[in-house]
Amino acid sequence: MSQSPHMPPNADGESVAGLVQADRVHRDIYISERVYRLEEERLWKRAWIFLGHASLVPNTGDYYTAEIAGQSLVMLRQADGTVAVRFNRCAHKGSQLLHERQGNAGKFLRCPYHAWTYKLDGKLMSVPLKNDYEGTGLSESPSAQGLAEPGGVRDYKGFVFVRVSKTGPDFDSYFDPAVLATLDNMVARSPLGELEVVGTPLRNVMRCNWKMYLENINDTVHPISTHESAAAAAGNVGKSLPADDAGTSLAMEQLLPFGAGYSFYSDMGAKVLPNGHSVLGTKASIHTGYAPLPEYEAGLAALYGADQARALLSFSPQNTVLYPSAAFKTSPSLIRVLRPLGPDRTLIEAWALAPKGAPQRLRQRVASYVRLVFSPMSVVAHDDVHLFESQQKGLRSDGNEWVSLHRGHKADETQTPELALENGNNEIMMRNQYRGWLRLMDPA
Amino acid sequence: MTQAYADADLIRLVYQEARLIDQGRFEEWYGLYTDDGLYWMPLAPGQQSGADEPALMYEDKMLLRLRLDRMNDPKAHSLHPAVRCLHVLQAPEVTSRDEAAGRYTLSTPFIYVETQGDTQHVLAATAEHELAGTPQGLRIRVKKILLLNCDAALPAIQRLP
Repeated sequence: MSQSPHMPPNADGESVAGLVQADRVHRDIYISERVYRLEEERLWKRAWIFLGHASLVPNTGDYYTAEIAGQSLVMLRQADGTVAVRFNRCAHKGSQLLHERQGNAGKFLRCPYHAWTYKLDGKLMSVPLKNDYEGTGLSESPSAQGLAEPGGVRDYKGFVFVRVSKTGPDFDSYFDPAVLATLDNMVARSPLGELEVVGTPLRNVMRCNWKMYLENINDTVHPISTHESAAAAAGNVGKSLPADDAGTSLAMEQLLPFGAGYSFYSDMGAKVLPNGHSVLGTKASIHTGYAPLPEYEAGLAALYGADQARALLSFSPQNTVLYPSAAFKTSPSLIRVLRPLGPDRTLIEAWALAPKGAPQRLRQRVASYVRLVFSPMSVVAHDDVHLFESQQKGLRSDGNEWVSLHRGHKADETQTPELALENGNNEIMMRNQYRGWLRLMDPA
Repeated sequence: MTQAYADADLIRLVYQEARLIDQGRFEEWYGLYTDDGLYWMPLAPGQQSGADEPALMYEDKMLLRLRLDRMNDPKAHSLHPAVRCLHVLQAPEVTSRDEAAGRYTLSTPFIYVETQGDTQHVLAATAEHELAGTPQGLRIRVKKILLLNCDAALPAIQRLP
């Protein structure tokens, strides 16, 4: 099955299959404007994309806006307590209705341009100069339907996902239970069964393709070399510290594991799943060694039983990827969200979460982690971003059009849709993402 | 700590701090901070706590030491090519003085420019300094950077605003 990596010009159903081979991908996947536009059209619309956390909209009329691959969307708390998602686009002439990132719309949504007014559920309530519309085609047109809805919306235990396209897989076929188990675990860490966003997100813009960032989330081989300087500095500083300083030891607890060598990652266990999803660190991760919180843990043991509570608390994978838009951690509880802006430009948001009713220490832990590792000022992130931007430039060079993903490749590895591995250092963690990519990008 | 500091002394320290960063004299800069010194950049306008909520930066002297040690490491990949910066300060304004406690605060709007290779970023911020009179002289206890676009999607900021 040898296909040319070069895409046929201006073909409606153009195929991108040639860009992904069993053990390597073509550089056009990262640098081509045409591939990016096809991704906007196919991948980002057909997949279930993480929009936001429901705790951002606790009260009736609360809203949160986001842009996903050019689509303006808004999440709205309805009077009946559910979360609705609509396109943030006035049915009249396409102005965005809501311009803040977050707020409360009151009882109605009123477009600032010509005052077309909608109920919170998006239905068109009133237009100015109603009489002038009599005998016109408005009532038969899409504009009379009010705010358009994406094809699918699912509020999974407070994690709100959308599928823009009207057609496509339903939520439960798209996400394997093994992947949703991470979200279940995050929620179960709250004695009240609810999470809430802590503060505001760290927002980073980087001059690279979104897939470089997503591959890196599953990359266990890079820390020892990429983060060498941060890990060495943390190690040196850690040696000279008194062990009893609570604030200091929290930061050290979070930074020192970045110095772990290859063997740490080779034993951590991983799972790859259909549609590009994965769990890395099924057995252990850099988060496994965090100091216990006895009172909080005793509370969960009382609620679930000691064994179940222990299993719950010890499940802290390095990352669970819900392809293509988000990566989750259970401990600390956080989500990294990918928003593509262009073939060579990506927005990454890191959202801190904490269980409602959990100790202040958990809030401090997640606040510390996102700040130390995902801030635009993070000395850990600096080296990652620098190298992704470097990849974006380097890939334009001739001489080699392919990106090698050979490590650990076995010819029969796609025989089972779900695969559990011992060794997290296998580049199947990336190859599997491209299998998910191809499935969504199929012109059919 | 009974020495009183004139406005001119307080203001001089704010300018000196910016100059030391721009000149890359980071050991001297580190020495300007008290042992319990804190450098923090809120993430949200009006943010009150840097410990309990995500911040752009919230670093005590230990973490600042880590940051500086890494800067000196040739394996700090993101610092190749070298990063340079420049602060352009508006005259610092003394906003409070408590002679008895030896505690003084200033507010200084400024432009901060960082360049690396062909890429230059310009940021605007207001620095809120809390200075302390100590036996060693005037020192910085807290530097709070209110970045104008703290809630924007930001590129990497590699030196110290």
